[in-house]
Formats: sequence, structure tokens, C-alpha cells
Amino acid sequence: MNPVIKALDGIGACVLLLGRTLRYLPSAPRQFSRIMEQCLFMGYSTLPLVAILSFFIGAVLALQFGYATRTFALTDFIGSIVGLSMARELAPVMTAVMVAGRVGSSVTAELGSMKVYQEVDALETMNIPPERFLVLPRLVAMVVVMPILTMVSIVTGWIGGQVVAKYVDWIGLTSQAYYNSLKSVMTLKDITDGLIKGELFGLGIILICCTIGLRTRGGPREIGNAVTQAVVICIIYILISDYFITNALL
Amino acid sequence: MNISNKVEAVSVSVKGLHKSYGKDEILHDISFEVKPGEIFAIMGPSGSGKSVLLRQLNGLEHPSSGEVLLNDLSALKPETHRKIRSAMVFQAGALFNSMTVYENLALYHREHRLYSESEIEQKVMAVAEALSIEAAVKKIPAELSGGMRKRVAVARAIIMEPQWILYDEPTSELDPILAATTTELISTVTRETGGTCLVVTHDRQLALGIADRVALMLAGRLRFIGTPDEMESSDDSEVQEFLNPQLDLENPRFRNKEKNQ
Repeated sequence: MNPVIKALDGIGACVLLLGRTLRYLPSAPRQFSRIMEQCLFMGYSTLPLVAILSFFIGAVLALQFGYATRTFALTDFIGSIVGLSMARELAPVMTAVMVAGRVGSSVTAELGSMKVYQEVDALETMNIPPERFLVLPRLVAMVVVMPILTMVSIVTGWIGGQVVAKYVDWIGLTSQAYYNSLKSVMTLKDITDGLIKGELFGLGIILICCTIGLRTRGGPREIGNAVTQAVVICIIYILISDYFITNALL
Repeated sequence: MNISNKVEAVSVSVKGLHKSYGKDEILHDISFEVKPGEIFAIMGPSGSGKSVLLRQLNGLEHPSSGEVLLNDLSALKPETHRKIRSAMVFQAGALFNSMTVYENLALYHREHRLYSESEIEQKVMAVAEALSIEAAVKKIPAELSGGMRKRVAVARAIIMEPQWILYDEPTSELDPILAATTTELISTVTRETGGTCLVVTHDRQLALGIADRVALMLAGRLRFIGTPDEMESSDDSEVQEFLNPQLDLENPRFRNKEKNQ
């Protein structure tokens, strides 16, 4: 199939899946335990990774900015740079990439294997729509978990920046000075923009992974291929949509 | 064994069914009827299109042309499946591996909220006992043997109290004793519940042993429909060749295969 047609086919399939899944949204309260199970899986499996990586992203950012500006005596602005960069850009993007790798791959593999081993067919013959039983809990869980993960990433990134700013000799910025600088430029909109970004990334990730999982055909090798394809497409989606979302939110 | 309430059987009518994947036509003009409460078996060698036919019959796929009617309602419409309870036993079981056997059996009633939790438990345990799988209810399907998994798959289907039940190669991968037990199980379950049953198989003993009528499918076409006795006494050479296969070592196809190996 032509790559352009393939891409449009994939986008169409994601939109259709979203539409079909949202039809079952009123049944979400009935699926509370399944949604909580997914929240726990998504949060528990990703939170430590997000926290550790975000801490070091914030730390590296502070280090690089400190190094670049030390001759101009601009190190006082480290807090502002780390604060804004983490909240508006790095936290949502890095969290989304980690969620795509950790949660997205697992969702694709699980649904792909359910499809290949006819469990999805079995659901359909039992008159249980896979969109309600399999996709809705994951979609709702992602919507709940993604802002939390993004917020954790923002905060740990700030802390990482602060630790470096304080303990690296040639920067030597006090915590108070770091956070004063951060507070002087940050607005609530910067945080909400980051959370909106994270939410849209999460929504895209779960739709891409569920669509690819449920369209898997063949055997175990195809499940592996589906997982790779899903993660790659998610990362492409994150980076391309990041530009457009940023542009729209500015 | 008392495993399920009596159900109202449905009539099934398949008219001029064609199915193609791209340019490959798999099913050619398939037409037959299954009477309410009947056990109808479709036999045929591997690759003859039996499983593809099954996917059209339960509405999992749309035929290229033709129709499948359950009590005169199209099997493709979701409303039909809300009115008529149909179930399917898949060749490999298709059990939900993330759930225990108990959860597999309870799923249909839980999702459709047909009974209270205590009633569901009673039903699950009654079916599990009748099919001798009560010791496995707390296990996950991956921990079970092939025969046990097949039983659980049958149990998951019959607990739905289906009016229309489809079996895809129910005795494949089973040893002769388990195959005979499963054959008997299908017969007993169908007679007890009174539902309509369609079995797709290449197991001659299963089909001729329990079916009211049998059909033979060859290369995507129905070659024969009749009672087991009619089939056995048929003078159609292809029917007889399927029922009494002779291994012809001089057959060029066989010899080529041997060479390739």
C-alpha cells in the first residue's frame, strides 16, 4: 500500500476507534475496577522511570545553561530556563516518549496477542464490544494518569535543576534564588499548557497502540512487528504533533 | 447432567454465500439450512474454507455476497445478536489468559448483567461440575492441559445458554479418548439445551457420530448435504475418497513432497 494511503488509513482507523469507544463512555462507571487496574499499571510502571529521567533532564538542563552563561553572569536565570523548559516542553514530551515505550508497547502486545489468539473474536461472539471492554478502560486510565505523570515530571525536573544549581561549584546558586527565578517567569498557563500537551500525547498514544494491536494479523512475529511499529509511530506522532500543539497554545 | 436451561432453538439459513480475500475466492455459492435444534456438521479437508465459513456464520466477517439469516434476521446486524444468543467454541479455545477459568466462565453474565453475582457463581459451579473442571476454576488457562482447555471453552460457550452454538474443530489436537469424550459432551450439551448446533470438523467420527445432517465442503464448495447414513452410502467418488482416504504412494504430489523433505 502507498505510504500516504497507509498513513491516512491508520489515522482514519484511530479516529473511528475513538468514535466507537466514546459511544461506550456512559458505561465507564461500571468499569471502575478495570479502569483502576489500568491506572495502576500505567502509573506504577512508568512513574519511577518518569521521575528519575526527569530529574536528570532538569539537572542536565541546569548544567548546560550554567556552563553556557557563566561568562555572562546569567546563572541567576537557570531557574527560569529550567522551569519554563520543563513545564512547557520537556516534561510532556519526555513523559509521552516514556509512556509510548513502556505502556504503549505493552498495550499493543497485549491486544495484538488477544487478536492473534482469537480472544477478541471470542469477545465479539459473546456480544461484548472490544471497544468497551478493552479500549475504554485504557483510554480513560490514560486520560487520568497522563497529567499526573506530566506533573511529576515537571516537578522532579525542577528539583534536578535546583540540585545542580546549588551543588555544582561554579554555579553555586542558592535554592531560594533558583526558585525565585523560576517563580518570576512561570505562570499557571505554562503548567496547564504542559498538561494539555501531555493529555493530547497520551490520547494519541493509546489510540495508536490500541488500533495497531487490534489490527494485528498473523502470529507471534507479527505481534513483535506491531509493537515496534506502534512505538515508532507514537514517537513520530509526539514529535510532529508537538509543533502544532505548541503553536496552537502559544 | 443438568448444565443449562432449555433454550429456544433458532433456524439458520445460508443463501448464496461468497467470500473473497482480494482476488482469492474462498467460498463459492454456499447455501444450506439448519433446522431448529439440529446438529449440523460441516466436514472437509484442511484448507477447504470451513473456518472462513464459520466466521461468516457468526458475523465476525462480512461475506462478499449472499446472506446468513438466524430466524430470518441477518447475522451481520448487531440487533440480531442482541435478540439471539449465539456462542462459539474456537479451535484453540480463545480463552482469556489474563483471567482465571472462573472469570472466563462468569464473563458473559457479568458483562451483560443477566444475573446477580451469587446466581452467576451457582451457574459457573454447576457447569464446571458437569464438565468436570471444578478443580480448575481458580487456575488460569495457561496452567491447563489441552483437553481441559477445550472443556473450559465448551463450558464458556454453554454457560451463555446459547440458542445457536458453533464449534470449530472441537476435537483437533486431542488424543482419541479425549476426542471421544468431547464428542459425547457436544452431543449431550446440545440435546439437553435444545439449541441449534453447527460443528465444523475434519474428524469423521465426530461428524458422523453425532450430527443429524452432515455436509462435505471441498475447495470452498459444498459437495454434499445429507444424513450420515446417506453420506456413507453416497456413490459420489469425492465423498467416498474423503471418507475412505487411500494413501497413494505413486501420487506425484506425495512423491514431490517426499523429495522436498
